Amino acid sequence: MVTGSPATAGGASSATGVDSSAAGGAGSAARAAVEAVVDPEIRVLTIAELGILRAVEVTEATGAVRVTITPTYSGCPAMELIRAEIRAALHRSGFTDVAVVTELAPAWSTDWITEAGRHKLAAVGIVPPAPAATGPVPVPLAVRCPACGSPRTEQLSRFGATACKALWRCQDCTEPFEQMKAF
Amino acid sequence: MTTTPPDQLLCWADDALITAQWLAAWCARAPELEEDVALTNIALDQLGVARLLLSYAAEQLTPDAVPAAPADQPVTEDTLAFLRSDQEFRNCLLVELPDDDYAVTIGKLLFLAAYQVRLYAVLSAGTDQRLAAIAGKAAKESAYHLDHARLWTLRLGDGTEESHRRMQHAVDELWPYTYELVAPVPGSGLADLRSDWLATVGPILAEATLAAPGGGWRPGGGRLGRHTEHLSYLLAEMQVVHRAHPGARW
Repeated sequence: MVTGSPATAGGASSATGVDSSAAGGAGSAARAAVEAVVDPEIRVLTIAELGILRAVEVTEATGAVRVTITPTYSGCPAMELIRAEIRAALHRSGFTDVAVVTELAPAWSTDWITEAGRHKLAAVGIVPPAPAATGPVPVPLAVRCPACGSPRTEQLSRFGATACKALWRCQDCTEPFEQMKAF
Repeated sequence: MTTTPPDQLLCWADDALITAQWLAAWCARAPELEEDVALTNIALDQLGVARLLLSYAAEQLTPDAVPAAPADQPVTEDTLAFLRSDQEFRNCLLVELPDDDYAVTIGKLLFLAAYQVRLYAVLSAGTDQRLAAIAGKAAKESAYHLDHARLWTLRLGDGTEESHRRMQHAVDELWPYTYELVAPVPGSGLADLRSDWLATVGPILAEATLAAPGGGWRPGGGRLGRHTEHLSYLLAEMQVVHRAHPGARW
């Protein structure tokens, strides 16, 4: 185990959006740098598109940057690396005073993956998640094969190579593929 | 805003930590590849929750709370995971029982997840906001664990004669330990979750053509640090590297 930034509870300032308290120059530069950080496990998505970036706040007087992120899953092993890459991205953009904090509430949902993010997932053959279940009885929707479009698919495993994906196979073209689980 | 004392946090943290350690032991040894991936993913979720709870407890403790801890360093999640002795652990006995059959692993996971789903729902609505945030996140994961254990319980219970026999045996062996599992942890003031828990577990066992045992003995003591010998062996393996190389880092 490696001790990272202590998790802090409390209400998030924004569920999916990114706040930048400083108008113009420093604020937008910091925000752009952080938004471009790529998720280490699904490398086609940025952390902004994945919906795990909560806020980027810049104190204009000092140039200090405070970034708030949230984990996809409690045990997500990529969080340490994501923190390090946020710091590195900000350092490259000239920000040296950087704090990355983790916020758990409200809990991340796949509904926070942006439209652009969903298109990018689909483009690399990862089926984007269905809307997260809200009622007591989730109704599973047909999952279409990303290779041939057939709805005749079967789930091979409810868990995949990362915590957020499940493994499927197409019964028509037999291609195996991944789906991001609605969560 | 209330703060939950370490004694209570450790009960829930240790349930998750010990579960993670046992599940991780299936890595590369599960009955099939997909299950290997599933069990280790669940282990990772449990470990994640354990770390959050241990960190919360650690921030409230000083080194004298852990006899083996270095006196000149702050208590961290690692101090609590790697430097406490068996009698300092507060997990319930169920989670430390050895996974000597795959049906036992599934039975333990079913019983634990059914409890954690209910527990985290209660904690996420509590007055301790930090604990509520941890529980709110964990609740979503536990629902998935419960569903996974449910599907395997159905498959094994309502499967072949042999799978049914072994699943029933696991349920019979584990059942006595579920009384301690669902009892409110000391000092928490929470309600007993047994009837809620039975409302989840009962229909699953029935659908799996398994009998829910009644009566019998009710072992306990884990929440007070009185454990089976299985925990000592598990900790010896889990802690050996940390103890042999104090302060080592990746």
